[in-house]
Amino acid sequence: MKETGYWTWFIISGLITFFILGLHMLIVHLDGMLGIFSHADGGAVVWENVIQRSRSQFFSIAYIILLGAALYHGFYGLRTILLELGIGKQAQQRLTKFLWLTGILLFLVGTYVSLAVRTMEAPIL
Amino acid sequence: MKDKRSYDNHLGIVGWLGGGRWGIERYLYTLHRVTGVGILLFFIIHIFESSLRILGRETWDAVMEVMTNPIFKAGEILVFAAFAFHALNGIRLIFIELGLAVGKAEDPIYPYRSSINTQRSLMIVTMILSALLMIAGGYDLIFLGH
Repeated sequence: MKETGYWTWFIISGLITFFILGLHMLIVHLDGMLGIFSHADGGAVVWENVIQRSRSQFFSIAYIILLGAALYHGFYGLRTILLELGIGKQAQQRLTKFLWLTGILLFLVGTYVSLAVRTMEAPIL
Repeated sequence: MKDKRSYDNHLGIVGWLGGGRWGIERYLYTLHRVTGVGILLFFIIHIFESSLRILGRETWDAVMEVMTNPIFKAGEILVFAAFAFHALNGIRLIFIELGLAVGKAEDPIYPYRSSINTQRSLMIVTMILSALLMIAGGYDLIFLGH
């Protein structure tokens, strides 16, 4: 039952990732042609545009959801591959626990930075 | 372990590479895994790299200067291509899971149409879309320099 739940969330997180990562890719790698997302010259990764997205409520929320969904999707996928090695039950449980911990840690790092940058006092532009 | 070998469709670790007697979709499955692991590796690095914005503008500009190195540019192109494949192939897999775009179920009257035959056109459309996305992203990355 637990595995069914894990798998269902894997599909759901994949779909969420599809849409938000699609938006992210539009902004970072297709906006040279579209020209609708980055207002300051120089593309999506120049400081002005990065900070503009970091301060935007929409992008903060969307990117934190993306972070969680993509981490879950990625680590579940990796787990599926690794479980095919045919390791024992206890090793499987340890692996699952390790991947959960790593994923949560990475989620906390990204979320902390995302929230901290929103309130960063340093001059931005 | 032993009872698994009695299933003729269980390829085990050999199945990571070889498709056995299955068709091209089986190789897309392998590619789906390879691109997935590749994207995950990039993603973990990307979390830390993009987090460097917390250190302020000067650090960020210095990091972005490093990213203009052709090695990183080539890496970005690879990751984009992997994304284009994995995203669209993933949608194909969900479609198949839900029985969408694979035709109506038929009575099993001889000669049977195997599921591979009914899934092939969906695979072709998916791969064309994926290739178009790769071309668009590649053009933007290489010629427009983003």
